[in-house]
Amino acid sequence: MEKVTFSILRYDPEKDKEPFFQDFQVELRRPGMMVLDALNQIRWEQDGTLAYRRSCREGVCGSDGLNINGVNRLSCMTHVEELQYPIVIQPLPSLPLIKDLVVDMDNFLDKYFSCKPYLISRTPMPDHEMLQSPEERRKLDGLYECILCACCSSSCPSYWADPEYLGPSALLNVWRFIIDSRDEGADERLEMLNNRHGVWRCHTILNCIEACPKGLNPTRAIGGLKKALVMARF
Amino acid sequence: MNRMTQIQMHKHDCLIVGAGGAGLRAALGASLGAKTAVISQVFPTRSHTVSAQGGIGASLGNVEPDNWYWHMYDTVKGSDWLGDQDAIEFMCRMAPSVVVELEHMGLPFSRLENGRIYQRMFGGHTSNFGEKAVCRSCAAADRTGHAMLHTLFEQCLKNGVHFFNEYMALELLTHEGAVNGVLAWDMVRGGFHLFHAKSVLFATGGYSRLFRTSSNAHINTGDGVAIAMRAGLPGQDLEFLQFHPTGIVGVGNLITEGARGEGGFLLNGPGEKFMVKYAPTIKDLASRDVVSRAMAQEIREGRGVGPNKDHILLSLEDVPADIIRERLPGIKELAETFAGVDCTKEPIPVHPTAHYAMGGIPTNRFAEVVIGSMDGPETPVPGFYSAGESACASVHGANRLGTNSLLDLIVFGRVGGERMREYANSLDEFVPLAENAGARGIAEVERLMNGTGRERMGAIMEDMQRTMDQNCGVFRTEESLSRQYDIIEELRKRFEDIAIDDHGQSYNLDLVEALELGHMLDLAAALVCGALARTESRGGHYRDDFDKRDDENWLKHTQAYLEQDGSIRLDFKPVRLKPLTVDTIEPKERVY
Repeated sequence: MEKVTFSILRYDPEKDKEPFFQDFQVELRRPGMMVLDALNQIRWEQDGTLAYRRSCREGVCGSDGLNINGVNRLSCMTHVEELQYPIVIQPLPSLPLIKDLVVDMDNFLDKYFSCKPYLISRTPMPDHEMLQSPEERRKLDGLYECILCACCSSSCPSYWADPEYLGPSALLNVWRFIIDSRDEGADERLEMLNNRHGVWRCHTILNCIEACPKGLNPTRAIGGLKKALVMARF
Repeated sequence: MNRMTQIQMHKHDCLIVGAGGAGLRAALGASLGAKTAVISQVFPTRSHTVSAQGGIGASLGNVEPDNWYWHMYDTVKGSDWLGDQDAIEFMCRMAPSVVVELEHMGLPFSRLENGRIYQRMFGGHTSNFGEKAVCRSCAAADRTGHAMLHTLFEQCLKNGVHFFNEYMALELLTHEGAVNGVLAWDMVRGGFHLFHAKSVLFATGGYSRLFRTSSNAHINTGDGVAIAMRAGLPGQDLEFLQFHPTGIVGVGNLITEGARGEGGFLLNGPGEKFMVKYAPTIKDLASRDVVSRAMAQEIREGRGVGPNKDHILLSLEDVPADIIRERLPGIKELAETFAGVDCTKEPIPVHPTAHYAMGGIPTNRFAEVVIGSMDGPETPVPGFYSAGESACASVHGANRLGTNSLLDLIVFGRVGGERMREYANSLDEFVPLAENAGARGIAEVERLMNGTGRERMGAIMEDMQRTMDQNCGVFRTEESLSRQYDIIEELRKRFEDIAIDDHGQSYNLDLVEALELGHMLDLAAALVCGALARTESRGGHYRDDFDKRDDENWLKHTQAYLEQDGSIRLDFKPVRLKPLTVDTIEPKERVY
């Protein structure tokens, strides 16, 4: 059976001063094997101390964003056989390291929380659903599917450079609500974003688009926010 | 090391365990007027509700005439009459209002031309008592669970709900017959936390990870149900586990029934649309147990697909590609990634996959955990609630209809949240902690951390999952179940001799998975015992050696108790056949 070398970043805060790479040999047991299957194989059969996050194993829960051969991806949706060997696995860049491949997401999530990512409606609700045309609803496609995996933000040089920058994920989620025909909270959200740590920190480097495992386009969403801010002046 | 001295104490009126749809909906209700905390093994949006695809059932009638009574009838029939009809009436009546409420919260439902919520057909949902399939599933494309979970989490953020994320529950605390808290393990930093509460709600999800071929997330290991059983409470109807017809071959990932609701159909090896033989009226949209059994039967009789004739094809050739892209984008992605198939052009290879636990912690329609027996009324356990897949209300009976899981979790999450808040506020004082509160959970962690045995966690888990597939799947017999009983007992013995590699405090996934494996083995033992005892075929439980439903002897709920020595004791309680306002839907033969 073919074996593939996985070179994985290891760090145990209780033992190690510095992170280091450790190599593991993984058997390719079936076609279509994912990187997550390989990590499970290592942990269940070779070294139970390896730590990483995972849940749904089908790309919708957003637990398992990792840097795989230099690219931010979900381990559960990345085919081993499509990668160059040896496969180098690191935690998502720029986020504080907890252990091995597990990073501290608090700061990333706090930024998302701060943008009021929920429907704001001041009009009393009707007895039935609020009406929304299929065209209006279509505007949410490509936005509401965000899984908060942080692949985009942690691939963004502006996010690395400015610790206060909200980042592509949070901004995409703001746009998801501002553009929702049912939402009435654009004003209170847009003003929060109108500064150097908000939308203007985005320099359209486009890493986020490449990194998004769901094929979303945060740069376009940020462009929408920039446009809305400019238009609000006239 | 004595970690007893390091327990961090917390005090909340209401404590919710689990942050999927049921937990979050309960948190919204509980936090309106009571100090509430949610503990979850994962960040809330990583919970398994996120994987639900096809929709939430409600008789909105946006596409065609519908009403809650038809929905109730379908649910009772779908349950193979094991569902409790009071709870089912309650749920189906409340369905339209909870769906509208979710829309008002911001859930991005797909829309009809007139701006109303889009509804599609789904298995087992019919108009006029089985006459024809009806559009009842309210959907956000095929990402309804994701949309719902995020919407509920957004509302929790808005309302300032307090979360303890990445905390693993270890022990349900009780004192003098009342539930008063939970002991948990901080997964990120390590260490024990004791949450003292006036009321506790378990929304801890299901346990389809007992099986190798499963649609479920890695975290679906039935922790809450096992923890409740270890505290002396029964697990109800655990033998009823749903095998969803369309799991992707080899991996088990789900392809929504909505694919058939949009016009997809199943094909066997000779290329026949075989469902017409098994369900002449609604064919591919029959109940899941019926379709899964039909598929397994075709394969068993040599009409499977592929070199090993071991699977079936799901064809979407009648569904236009633009409809697939708009309404089924998620399954298009899954089919490409996991089966290498472009489903707009080729059929998807599928096989039944372990999907949903109908059984769980017994509750009534108020989400109160209850203990019952064949004689006398059920008695609520003071301070304890459960909702969603971890609970057994029982609205699904022996087989759940598609779209009724999202409905179940939102209805009983809502009711449970309100009830637990009212109950907490009715207590002047917290029920004091028992002297040994938390001792069992701490001992379990210390045993695993200090274990020096020879057995490895991964090997035991693999053996359990593989043999559960083989012996306790779509078709069961006394022989296969007896064999599985012995296997599980052997695995439980091996588990006692387990050693884990990781002895650290920080993000010790080895410890967490070992704890989960212990939970799964207890549940497997109870599931197999229930299946062995139940000498009939009903819904998701099919016995080749007893292939008929037996209402005379088995129209009753199994109550499985975990004894101190680890053995399983079975008791039973009657099905609540009387609805709230309408006449009983009398048991009859189930044809689709």
